[in-house]
Amino acid sequence: MSVKLTEEMLKALPDARGHFGAFGGRFVSETLMDSLMTLEKEYLRLKEDPEFQATFDSDLADYVGRPSPLYFAERLTREAGGAQIWLKREDLNHTGAHKVNNTIGQALLASFLGKKRIIAETGAGQHGVATATVCARLGLECHVFMGAEDVKRQSLNVYRMKLLGATVHAVQSGTKTLKDAMNDAMRDWVANVDDTFYIIGTVAGPHPYPLLVRDFQSVIGREIRKQAMEKVGKLPDALVACVGGGSNAIGMFYPFLADESVELYGVEAGGLGIETGQHAAPLCAGRPGVLHGNRTYLMEDENGQIAGTHSVSAGLDYPGVGPEHAWLKDIGRANYVSVTDDEALDGFRKLTRVEGIMPALETAHAVAYGVKLASTMDKDQMLVINISGRGDKDIHTIAQLDGIEI
Amino acid sequence: MSRIEGVLKALKEQGRKALIPYITAGDPHPDQTVSLMHALVSAGADIIELGVPFSDPMADGPVIQLACERALKHGTSLRQVMAMVKEFRKTDPDTPVVLMGYLNPMEAMGYEAFADAAADAGVDGVLTVDLPPEEADQVAPLFADRHLDPIFLLAPTTTDDRIKAISEHSSGYVYYVSIKGVTGSATIDVDEVAKKVAHVHELTALPVGVGFGIRDAETAAAVGRVSDGVIVGSVLVDTIARHQTDPDALRNALTDLLHPMREALDSLAH
Ligand SMILES: Cc1ncc(COP(=O)(O)O)c(C=O)c1O
Repeated sequence: MSVKLTEEMLKALPDARGHFGAFGGRFVSETLMDSLMTLEKEYLRLKEDPEFQATFDSDLADYVGRPSPLYFAERLTREAGGAQIWLKREDLNHTGAHKVNNTIGQALLASFLGKKRIIAETGAGQHGVATATVCARLGLECHVFMGAEDVKRQSLNVYRMKLLGATVHAVQSGTKTLKDAMNDAMRDWVANVDDTFYIIGTVAGPHPYPLLVRDFQSVIGREIRKQAMEKVGKLPDALVACVGGGSNAIGMFYPFLADESVELYGVEAGGLGIETGQHAAPLCAGRPGVLHGNRTYLMEDENGQIAGTHSVSAGLDYPGVGPEHAWLKDIGRANYVSVTDDEALDGFRKLTRVEGIMPALETAHAVAYGVKLASTMDKDQMLVINISGRGDKDIHTIAQLDGIEI
Repeated sequence: MSRIEGVLKALKEQGRKALIPYITAGDPHPDQTVSLMHALVSAGADIIELGVPFSDPMADGPVIQLACERALKHGTSLRQVMAMVKEFRKTDPDTPVVLMGYLNPMEAMGYEAFADAAADAGVDGVLTVDLPPEEADQVAPLFADRHLDPIFLLAPTTTDDRIKAISEHSSGYVYYVSIKGVTGSATIDVDEVAKKVAHVHELTALPVGVGFGIRDAETAAAVGRVSDGVIVGSVLVDTIARHQTDPDALRNALTDLLHPMREALDSLAH
């Protein structure tokens, strides 16, 4: 039951309370409400402010290196034997992932609001690195909360953050992964709300975060539109992105939501397989609930306790997902699917060997599904995979799985 | 008149202040919760705030986080918490019980089923930490129909307009969070709290309870002087953590903590 979305409908979302249909909203303790309302007001003002937008655009161009290329993966296309596969190269951004588009935008917001202390949560460490990077550039104090489990899995990124001058807090509570990092970031924020800006790393969290992160990441989809028209002369037939919280996916999808001909595929972490329960695929296998300030699909038990998740990729190891994705799922505009750890690892190896591009393990989920999907499509069709990040940070994990000590 | 209103009104007429202890249901073990609730009443509690454990208690510090973990280790569910209140009610028809927790367990149960079960168990009020009044339009009528008092938080960052709006959505009392921070984190600045609470009193006719950071008789009395009641949480939960294996010692320790607070509060009543 797909709904035809118009520009008008899209402009009205999220509504004044931050709702996307039944999802989103602002479910936080009272201490944070005033800050969130101020942030919303200021963001809506700055969104229309030419000086703010010009600074954002020039930072993306000269500091991040945008536009990122749209690259035709000729050998991968041949291997898949179906649709033309194009890769949106977010891995070529400064710091190596799409995350920096958002941290540039939010750090700019923080500066306009006069906040000098920055906090962030991180899973894979990409958002932590992207945050530490913009803080170094702007001379802001930076604290990154990271689950102790992820600190172990992503030691390279932990060291990068430290080199950049950030303090990394290893979070020992709960499951010691991304959701717990987010809990501790929220706790820090409540205690330091006067001088601290919380740079959330994905399209989750309370309103207005899902809105502003989506806006900052939408540069991905806008560029794809333009590049596809220039290079192929038409819009793509399918877009594929991995979904952790959903920021690279929504950034890719959003500018195409009103284009019915463009099929959207969000790929969640299937972990050891959906049937095992050991996964991180709330859109595929969860149900609506409230966590981290918004209503969305969650992985939870029958009593509403948040369930533990599993994924080989730390950046997808999260029991929730951005509320706009929850809405897109319910109205049938986007398809949400999953691939397992093993399939993702195959995707990693394939892209590395066939195209000489090492994707992040998160991204490898999109690669694995994209190749599968392309093989079912016609040769004159065009499919774009969002290469959300590069794989350097995951080399240790891969080597370990190969039984190699490096 | 709700049970909460009745108790607070009676106290006010006596010039006394409410002592409102918080414990997490199921901590250290579900079997002990009802007897701990009775012990709190014997030690001087006027109202009990009973925490519903949640896997991700974002507004709580380490002390209550660990209490949630202990309770969840024993599988304490929202339905079980209701059963505990029902059991408590069998022998204590008078002491109001306020459930305090996070929204998701309630949402998972279903709001109507939750409201029905709460009313049936003898719950009097519901305080949902991550549910501001703006998002409470679904639950508000369900609570109102069953005479459950919705209790909302006010914080040091809450603007005057919001204080008024939140109070309009509340009944029973409003809960003023005395510090910017999570539970159990900081010591309060009593003068600052006094100023703020006096201001809240100007904006609402509801009783004002003050919580976060009240650890002993001295802070209880200082805060009691300016409010209608004090809420005491982390220091009790910390005591529970230290006496997990000895229920008798635990009851005594809780009594030793609350008694001086009760006396200090009552010494204000002149
Ligand atoms: C390279 C990469 N892709 C994707 C993600 C998942 O996040 P999101 O779904 O918000 O894009 C991460 C998160 O750490 C990441 O590092």
